[in-house]
Amino acid sequence: MLNIGLYMAQRLSAMVMAPLVLGHIAVMIYAVQGGLSTAEILDRTQGSVWWFLFYGSFVLAVAAHAAIGLRVILHEMTGLRGRWLEVVTCGIGMLLLIMGGRAVLAVTFA
Amino acid sequence: MMLKAHRNHPLWLAYMLHRLSGLALALFLPVHFHVLSLALTRPESLDRFLGLADNPAVKLAEFGLVFLLAVHFFGGLRLLALEFLPWSARQKTLAAASIAGAFLISGTFLLQAV
Amino acid sequence: MSDRSKLLEVSVWRGMGDEGAYETFQVPARDNQTVLDVVSWIQQSADPSLTYRYACRVGMCGSCAMMVNGVPRWTCRTHVKRVLRDGALQIGPLRNLPVIKDLAADMDPFFDKWIRAGGVHRPSRSRDDPIQQVPPDDPGRVEANKGIECINCSVCYAACDTVAGNPDYLGPAALQRAWTLYNDAKVEDRQAVLDSVSGAGGCHNCHSQGSCTRFCPNELDPLSAIAGLKRASARSFFRRGE
Repeated sequence: MLNIGLYMAQRLSAMVMAPLVLGHIAVMIYAVQGGLSTAEILDRTQGSVWWFLFYGSFVLAVAAHAAIGLRVILHEMTGLRGRWLEVVTCGIGMLLLIMGGRAVLAVTFA
Repeated sequence: MMLKAHRNHPLWLAYMLHRLSGLALALFLPVHFHVLSLALTRPESLDRFLGLADNPAVKLAEFGLVFLLAVHFFGGLRLLALEFLPWSARQKTLAAASIAGAFLISGTFLLQAV
Repeated sequence: MSDRSKLLEVSVWRGMGDEGAYETFQVPARDNQTVLDVVSWIQQSADPSLTYRYACRVGMCGSCAMMVNGVPRWTCRTHVKRVLRDGALQIGPLRNLPVIKDLAADMDPFFDKWIRAGGVHRPSRSRDDPIQQVPPDDPGRVEANKGIECINCSVCYAACDTVAGNPDYLGPAALQRAWTLYNDAKVEDRQAVLDSVSGAGGCHNCHSQGSCTRFCPNELDPLSAIAGLKRASARSFFRRGE
């Protein structure tokens, strides 16, 4: 159910995300000080190519990583296989990609 | 549910922790993305939502999410090391100990700074 | 001093195929007694229709493995004293395999996967060539040696939850065999070995739960062997530039 291609996608996306997760946690610790507000978040991220690249690559990696992870759980827990397993994997990946892409655009280039 | 006898060992528990934290994070992601894109469509409802963060229950949930992320992060590093670094068991213990030590020190520093 | 009056409470799986239930027997306790002794006592003194499998009784043939109190074990070398829980034992057929009858599991899926993982020696030389010298301290040989004491008992296969959830998964024993072949200087086509464990049921499905290594009665380490296959196949993935 996992061939080498999916396995490598899973592990490479994990390696891409490792530093991004640390960065994200650092931003969170910094951002929650003194409460959260829309203006404060947008002030930091709006119009920044760096934030766009940071969270853009995060979304790309997490869409692949989570889709493959959920695929494994679905197969092992429900026995889903064959074409439907492929369809569901792609569907989850696309959904996360679209929703994540929208979120990144909303806070950087809206 | 009683833990079945053949599962009662550290590596299996680490696997289950990694799976559960990953599943929870994957289910949380769409919500997270949706809330952020409110900034685009309805900034005032995002502000109201962010205002909730002062609520202790929400604070606890926030902590839970960061905890899940940290658990999955370290579980993932453990897996990558196990799969890609042909280390001896002793080297792995030392590496894990040094990472834990580094985080203890930097975490303390961070808490001091906040 | 043996206490002749002491009895063990032993529940044994009885049934064919998917149907069955545990049946309890009172078995005399002895000072020195293996789980296989207990099963044999039941078959010889209580119920001759009990079906189970064994051959060598000394941990070499790999045919007597069963679930003992929920854990897969080689019964001929498992002392009752070490596994007894409140004076009771629960003995069942190996997990993750179909049951033929009572304690005898159908080993076909296990050996079919051994073959699918390429567990057949394909020599690189014929009988007309000179014998290939393999230095014992060659790193590949040292790695291959770690896996060659496998007795095909299927304890690791029964312990593995990835096998339980994913019926195509080749399982720890077959993959460890592939890792041994991959490191064997006498095997010419290493890439073929990697290809046979890189498909849908291959080594990449392993979640490193480590139950295989924990329960292997010969103290082998399939977990590390599978990690070795993952590493080798990842390297070849980049080399081929796919």
